[in-house]
Amino acid sequence: MNAVVTANGLTKRYKNAIALDQVHFEIQPGRIVGLIGPNGAGKTTALKAILGLTDFQGQLNVLGLDPRSQRNKLMEEVCFIADVAVLPRWIRVREAVDFVANVHPRFSRDKCQAFLSRTKLAPDMRVRQMSKGMIVQLHLALVMAIDAKLLVLDEPTLGLDILYRKQFYQSLLEEYFDDNKTIIVTTHQVEEIEHILTDLMFIRDGKIVLNTDMEALGERFAEVLVNADMAANARQLNPLDERQVFGKSIFLFDGVDHSRLQTLGEVRRPSVSDLFVATMKGTYA
Amino acid sequence: MKTLYWLVKREFWEHRGGFIWAPVITGLVFLVLNLMGIVSGEVFGSRHGFHLGSLDGQDIASKIQSLDVHQLQEVGAALDLAMLSSSGLISLVFAFVVFFYCLGALYDDRRDRSILFWKSLPISDTSTVLSKVIAAVLIAPIAVVICGVLTGIAMLIMFAIALSFHGVSVWSLLVLAHPFQMIGFLVGSIPLYLLWALPTVGWLMLCSSWARTKPFLWAVVIPVALGVMISWFNLLSSDGFHSTWYWREILARALFSVFPGGWLHHGAETGLGKDPASIGQFFSLSTSYAALGTAEIWIGAAAGIAMLAGAVWFRRWRDDS
Repeated sequence: MNAVVTANGLTKRYKNAIALDQVHFEIQPGRIVGLIGPNGAGKTTALKAILGLTDFQGQLNVLGLDPRSQRNKLMEEVCFIADVAVLPRWIRVREAVDFVANVHPRFSRDKCQAFLSRTKLAPDMRVRQMSKGMIVQLHLALVMAIDAKLLVLDEPTLGLDILYRKQFYQSLLEEYFDDNKTIIVTTHQVEEIEHILTDLMFIRDGKIVLNTDMEALGERFAEVLVNADMAANARQLNPLDERQVFGKSIFLFDGVDHSRLQTLGEVRRPSVSDLFVATMKGTYA
Repeated sequence: MKTLYWLVKREFWEHRGGFIWAPVITGLVFLVLNLMGIVSGEVFGSRHGFHLGSLDGQDIASKIQSLDVHQLQEVGAALDLAMLSSSGLISLVFAFVVFFYCLGALYDDRRDRSILFWKSLPISDTSTVLSKVIAAVLIAPIAVVICGVLTGIAMLIMFAIALSFHGVSVWSLLVLAHPFQMIGFLVGSIPLYLLWALPTVGWLMLCSSWARTKPFLWAVVIPVALGVMISWFNLLSSDGFHSTWYWREILARALFSVFPGGWLHHGAETGLGKDPASIGQFFSLSTSYAALGTAEIWIGAAAGIAMLAGAVWFRRWRDDS
């Protein structure tokens, strides 16, 4: 199958900083890709380039189209939730649904109404009267009713409480996502999306420093709980990271044979957040 | 086409207050003020023992009967003007609404970042800008004309009823006025307004689309600063530059052409004499459309369209949200 997004030498320079530096990646259909990076690493710039919201150097192909020159056509197949609370404050629920229903060829009003009926949103309610969580519910209802091939989410749950956050990803996974759709998501709340991701990309200083699917991740990286007496042995294997818990050391290894690690102690699959912290060490230093 | 229709509709959802309620309220205020005037006239009249209608000892009914044809024309013209004056006031309010609408049209949604929502939909930037232009110079003026006509008619009727208390038949006065001619004048002015307002709408929307902050300041400061520079050179050099030309043909056209009727100033210099009949002729479409014969309206419209194209470009590529 053709890749949904192909980037080749994607570069974006701002006046005094480089946001994306010769980035290469491919995103296949039917995947949920987490694009994770520290603040200012270039996540949002990458998404903006994909959405045709910014100019760039290099090659970028999204669903066979160039986001710079064919943006209007592209937006029929691509949806995005840029951030929480970017719906216009004056709009009413009824107006938002009417408007999208009439300008978007792939929007299903019935689906949208079904999503809305499960919320407390009333048709005459204005966005300015809603809580942050309700705005996201409305936005999500609008977006999930669009049969798009690619959904881009940029920090979609920032500032929401845990109930809304769980509900958000659950709805996406259960009622929206299927094999024909692709989701790219950036967030800082890595723990919460870890279990829904199929692919992981780490970005740092405008470069992709890790690009793997979740299965390969478990094979490549390992976390080992090592007793103090074995710690010296473990250090010889060049761990990515080491931290101390209750008198034991936890080491993180990249590409070391699992059978060898088992002689050191208990081997576990590292969490994405631990891996992230280890990979990004020294970013702000 | 359907997208454009819904885009224009969206503008009305957002600006219902400015486009519909502002003219309606202005019209109502105008009527209330006139009513207060009539009532106070009547009250003062009866309190101080003279009749409002009595002129030279005659009452107003017999006075009207004694008027000759020329004087009747004068009365008709006065009624026409009274009817237009309501539209004049509403248009003034409307012009301010359009001015600030254009300044905010491509800026407000960048400031509150809701542009990201609009840009997540398959809508071209050209359609977006076009819908805002249509709302400003076509649909909003139609709303204004409707309000103005209704207010004008209501006012005529109000005067006629007031006079009927003094023995003047309602119809005898109303037939002297030319309400249909006035309605025709107002409706017919809309296309002319569209052309005339384009340079201001274009300039304001260009600033709205381009400015990172404070579009009002940029929109006003740039042309004024330029004008001051030119005037200053004008002072220094003896033959030099025509600064008055700049102020009138560039600055005024870039900032004040949203005020309706600006195209009438040519006609006003020549056509508006002391003769009452000339008032009726002046407020006619032939005077208005004579402006189409001048180059300035076309040059202005072309400049406006060019600036709108610039606004579309900035709307597409401005990357600050």
